[in-house]
Parts: sequence; C-alpha cells; structure tokens
Amino acid sequence: MARWRTDEPEGAVTDERLWLARREFLRLGAAGALGLALPRPSAADDGPTGAVLPVTRRVDLAGGERPTPWGAITTYNNFYELGTDKEDPARNAGGLRPRPWTLTVDGEVHRPLTLDVDELIRRFGLEERIYRMRCVEAWSMVIPWVGFPLAALVRLAEPTSRARFVAFRTLLDPGQLPGQRRAVLDWPYVEGLRIDEAVHPLALLAVGLYGRVLPGQDGAPIRLVVPWKYGFKGAKSIVRVSFVERQPPTSWSRLAPSEYGFYGNVNPAVDHPRWSQARERRIGEFFRRPTLPFNGYGEVAPLYAGLDPRSLY
Amino acid sequence: MAAPGGGAGGAGARGRRRWERPALLAACAVPFGKMVVDGATGGLGANPIEQVQDRLGFWALAFLVLSLAPTPAQRLLGVAWPVRLRRQLGLLAFFTGLAHFSWYLGVDQFFDLRLVAADVAKRPFMAVGMATLLLLLPLAVTSTDRWVARLGFRRWKALHRLAYLAAALGVVHFAWRVKADERQPLAFAAALGTLLALRLLPRRGRRRAAPRSVVGQP
Repeated sequence: MARWRTDEPEGAVTDERLWLARREFLRLGAAGALGLALPRPSAADDGPTGAVLPVTRRVDLAGGERPTPWGAITTYNNFYELGTDKEDPARNAGGLRPRPWTLTVDGEVHRPLTLDVDELIRRFGLEERIYRMRCVEAWSMVIPWVGFPLAALVRLAEPTSRARFVAFRTLLDPGQLPGQRRAVLDWPYVEGLRIDEAVHPLALLAVGLYGRVLPGQDGAPIRLVVPWKYGFKGAKSIVRVSFVERQPPTSWSRLAPSEYGFYGNVNPAVDHPRWSQARERRIGEFFRRPTLPFNGYGEVAPLYAGLDPRSLY
Repeated sequence: MAAPGGGAGGAGARGRRRWERPALLAACAVPFGKMVVDGATGGLGANPIEQVQDRLGFWALAFLVLSLAPTPAQRLLGVAWPVRLRRQLGLLAFFTGLAHFSWYLGVDQFFDLRLVAADVAKRPFMAVGMATLLLLLPLAVTSTDRWVARLGFRRWKALHRLAYLAAALGVVHFAWRVKADERQPLAFAAALGTLLALRLLPRRGRRRAAPRSVVGQP
C-alpha cells in the first residue's frame, strides 16, 4: 500500500481528486436544486483495498440490506488505542503491524495453543458474514465481515469443565497503538463472553472486511464480532484468548460500571445515560430507525432465559 | 456577555470605522465556512449529522469562553479593543448554541418532541445543555444599549455575570457528553478557570491604583 502510493505519479492523484470533486460538485448541484443539500457522508471512497482473502461461503445475516460503504467502515471507528476521534484510527493505523501475529489460547483448556493468525485462517477456512453492527452510541452499520466461527477455536482448544467464560485481550504496545500512551482506558482492552455465548454460531472471529484483509483501524489482524451485542464487546487486535472460571473484567464496565455492563446485549428498552437506545442512525441514512432487541438476532434469546433482560445491557 | 466597557466600546466607537468587528466576523466565518465546504465535499465524515452537532457545540462554547476574555484583557493588559467585540462574541455564542440545539431538534431527532423531552428529562448532560442555552437567552435579549439604559448599568452588569455560570454549565455539558477522553472539556475548564481567576485579581490592583486615578474607572 505504502509502496503503491510512492510509485503513483503525482498527476494521476490530482486527476482523481479533481474527478471526485467534479462528481461531488455535480451531485451537490443536483441535490441543491431539489432543496436537499444535506451534508454528505465521506466522498473519498475508492472501494475496498488490501489483499484479497479466500472466501468459501457467503451468508447474509442482515436481511438483504446493502452493506455500509467501505469508506465509512474504515474511517468511522471507535478504536481508542488508535485515538479517540472517529477519524483517528484510520490516520494512526499505519504503525500497527498485523503480520506476523500470534494468538495465544490458554487457561482452562486441554490444548493451550500459540498459533499464527494465518495458520488459523488456513485451518478453519473463511466465510463472509454480513451482519448489522450496532454501536452503543446509537449509530449502526451493515458490515460484510470475513472470518470463522469463534466456536471453531473453542473446539480446537478443548476447554475443561471448569471453563465458564472466555476472556479476550487486545495487544498492549504503545509503539504500535499510540492511543495507549494516555490512560483513557485501563490498557490493554479486555472483553469477555460467557462460554455458551462464545460457542453460539453467530459469534465470529473476523480477519477481513469486504473480502479483503482487515484494515488496522478495524482491529487487524483478528477481532471479535458478536452481532447481538453493542460494538464495544468486539475486542480488536486480539493477542490472547483465555478460558476462565469466573466472569472476567471488561474494559468499559471497569471505567463506568453504571453505563456499561458485562453483557452489552442490544436492548432498545434499556437506556444508556448519554444515549436513548430506542432508535439508531444507520450510517448513510438521515432518519433514525427503531433499534431491535438483540439487534434483530432474536435467535440468541434462549441464552438468556430466566435472566432479567434489564441486567443484560 | 457584552458589557459596555465604561463607555469605551459604546458611543465613542460609533461613527468611526473600526476594523475589529469585520475582522471578528471574518474569523467566525472560518469554522462555519469550513463546515459548509466539508459538508459539500464529504469532509464531515461518515456521520455528518453528528459531526455538525459536535462542531456547533464546540464553537458555541469557544465563543462563550472567548467573550469572557476582553474584560480581564482590558483591566490587566490595558488593551481596549477586545472590549468592543465582547457583545458580538456573546451573541455569537448564543446563536451558535441555538444552532447547536436546533440541529439536534430538527435534524438529529427530526422534531420528535416526545423523544427530545425524554432525552432532556432523563439525561443530565442534556438538561445542563438546555440550561446553558436558556441562561444565555436573557443575556442575548438584554445585550442592546437600550437594555443597558433600561436596567441601569449596575443591575445590567450583575445580570450579565451570568455568562460565567453559563460557560461553566457549558463545560459540564461537554464533559458529561464525552465518553472517556476529557482533554477538550478540561482545556475549556482551564481557560474558564483562568479567566474567572483574573476577574477576581484586579480588585487589589484597583485599590492600589485608586488614589492616583478615581475618575474614568468602569
């Protein structure tokens, strides 16, 4: 990517920009004529970039909705290790070295593992899963992830009968993740799932986006995706997966226990102190839409039978 | 908000051409112009509605805190020209704050008054934001020379000290809105704290200076 950029003749870049500007100008003119000159989402979206991943299966689990553009998914990120503004991660991801990358699986397992992320990809194979992603900040996207079920990794590690939770840990390296130089959160970022949540077929370890290798700002090389939970549950740039007996601490609930719980299940009926969770804005749309319980993935409801849904935010 | 600096910014300034106000308007056009340009070119990012909301809030608070700077600048540094901008800065703060609220009401929530009412009632940061704007309303209304005369300078000045309270509430509103990274709210708090401290300082200086010049003090 960086090499490609230096090799690119400068004239070509300027032309592209002019072309985009002209296209934008025309679009704006048309919108203005209709009295609809509303702010537009990022225009600088040249489509997916990066190495293509071998995908064997595609599953649409977002009800046929059109995926959010690549440009939005890769420039509007909450990844505080790379900065706290939405645009920071895309700007600061250059220092993150996602290859080679080893993932350690330890704790209450019969087979502790230390595996290279590409080895994991070869072993499990990859599928595309189009999921809705709902952030606790009341915005949402539709994201075509590429990855493998978390359950596959759990099976490989063979948890012991004492393993009741799975804990995830993000890389701790302020050199690669400059946001860790300030104690905005208690680094490294930690997240967790109950083991029955972890083996639910919807829980995914993602290594790609739009058929390409996952960009740094989206949590390269490997991140958790749990579509029925708020986005903060999806730990990024994971280096360790530990099977434990007791409920592990999670970063946001440690910072503000009254605002973030362990479960983080999407629930329109339970408000966050800063945001009503009743509705959400799909990135790229003007009107807010109602938020669905479990982000529309009601099939996970049996996991929480007998538990007070108000405790599951 | 705008207090006539003992006549220095009032009648004396009128009639003559002044560079300060056009310069201020030009400077203010920069953040708003940038918003328009960014809006047209995709520079507002993937969530432009939220981005405009945040920028309007930022500038409302920035203008409000800036409007508190001319008085200490005059008292401590003897620089008079910023005082002539105080009223405009205060009005800019009010109208930018009004735009910030209107954007939330009309664009972000699309006039869903039931949800807006619930938001204000349930969320302390929203209630504090509303209180800030409501507090600025009487100051904006009474910002004219006629209102200064009607209230009498002493009472008018006391009323307009509410600007400090409004700025403090604005900082609280910002700090409670932020999830974890409090750098910007803290910077505003530090600026406001400094300005407030400077306002309390000159009392000693004035007492010392009193025997030399009693006439002409504001």
